[in-house]
Amino acid sequence: MSLPKIRVRNLKKYFGAKKVLDGVDLDVATGTSLVVIGGSGSGKSVLIKSILGLVTPDSGVIEIDGVDVLKAPRAQARALREQIGMLFQNGALFDSLPVWENVAFGLLAEKKIARRFARAKAIEVLAQVGLADNVADLSPSELSGGMQKRVALARAIASEPAIMFFDEPTTGLDPIMGAVIDELIVDCVKRLGSTSIAITHDMASAVRIGDTAAMLYDGKITWTGPAPELLTTSNLLVDQFTHGRSEGPIKMALRR
Amino acid sequence: MNALLNVIAHIGAAVLNALGLVGELAIFAGTGIFAIIRPPYYPRMIGRALMEIGYFSLPVVSLTALFTGMVLALQSYTGFSRFNAESAIASVVILSVTRELGPVLAGLMVSGRAGAAMAAELGTMRVTDQIDALSTLSTEPMQYLVAPRLIAGIIAMPLLVSIADILGVMGGFLVAWLKLGFNPHTYLVNSFTNLRTDDVVSGLIKAAVFGFIIALMGCFNGYRSKGGAQGVGAATTSAVVSASILILAVDYVLTQLLFTK
Repeated sequence: MSLPKIRVRNLKKYFGAKKVLDGVDLDVATGTSLVVIGGSGSGKSVLIKSILGLVTPDSGVIEIDGVDVLKAPRAQARALREQIGMLFQNGALFDSLPVWENVAFGLLAEKKIARRFARAKAIEVLAQVGLADNVADLSPSELSGGMQKRVALARAIASEPAIMFFDEPTTGLDPIMGAVIDELIVDCVKRLGSTSIAITHDMASAVRIGDTAAMLYDGKITWTGPAPELLTTSNLLVDQFTHGRSEGPIKMALRR
Repeated sequence: MNALLNVIAHIGAAVLNALGLVGELAIFAGTGIFAIIRPPYYPRMIGRALMEIGYFSLPVVSLTALFTGMVLALQSYTGFSRFNAESAIASVVILSVTRELGPVLAGLMVSGRAGAAMAAELGTMRVTDQIDALSTLSTEPMQYLVAPRLIAGIIAMPLLVSIADILGVMGGFLVAWLKLGFNPHTYLVNSFTNLRTDDVVSGLIKAAVFGFIIALMGCFNGYRSKGGAQGVGAATTSAVVSASILILAVDYVLTQLLFTK
């Protein structure tokens, strides 16, 4: 069996007394897309932020290409993590920079290319996500939510990363724009041959962009399987979550 | 008994929190200073921060200095005329402005304007994941966001204070000449006779330190803000309050160091 691109073992993270990740195990094979589902506050974002190095876990193993990034020398861990492109939930575009500079930010930082080449490359990548070159000089605040998501996707793919993370890519979008963004994600991941992890609440999106799926509940991965089985599995946790039932094994605290 | 223990526990928790905060600030300051020295450098960001801290603060600092100099001359005249010591007014104005009022008042004004803006900008970047996004784009946020602001604070404040010194002295001169009837030539001679290079340089040293403090507190509070709009608001308030208090406290320490023989 080939080495997974990303391997997570017994990952734990507590915030004070609050248990967020309680021994997460996860494998993502090279060139495949994993979708992680789970309720709000279940630790999905903490999981991918731990892999990215934005959150330091309390214990566990995170391997990229077989190297434990938590134990590797700083420079090596940084180099491994530089393979990752990230699409943030709200886009996280830099307000102070025009669209093209947002897209080319990583290229300017990593590859030190001249600004005019970076701009040309940014316009090329914007075209890949369906945006015309006349948006290049606009400010992110002048764009609609869907366009901001596209720009954020363009930024994530600009340096052609080997690994891509998508944090709730369709949140805040109408169903049609959500489907468009999903198509762009699938297209980009396939074209670049990337390995990806997406976290989402949107089941239609999960099935569209995932090859495999996993459910995070109570700090642990409680189910894994092919993404299309999310809608048909007999697992009670997944069934309740995907069908949005208030009754079931997942208890939500109600404020009275 | 339980009530007493609760009070002690609350005091203990508050002391621990305060110590933790001081430790956090010290680590942040150390990392920021290291980021200033270590490449890569971001000249565009330094230029932008210089405009924000220096150029855009110029009107408020200028007006503050001008009116302070004017009031100082007027107040000194009211007091000194009781002892027939009106001739000392020129020296009092120029020494007060260059040594103390120029750097301190400029520091407080810049803290309220640029320090608050820094905390709000970084705080918004923090709560909207823009700082995390920088990290994922091969950019160290301390080097990209914090180091340029620290450098700009250290450079811009002495420049602002130089202008504040000139305007403060000019304000005093105008009041003395036009309102109090002093001979302008005599006033200017009196002003500069007792002024030493040390007086001006010490004020500029203070200004550079205050610039560092303003940028540090703005960045520190913004960088660690959380919880959306409310968190950003709290960070902004905290940046201004903490920088103002630190400026006043450090001013005393610097005065002690610079002027005690």
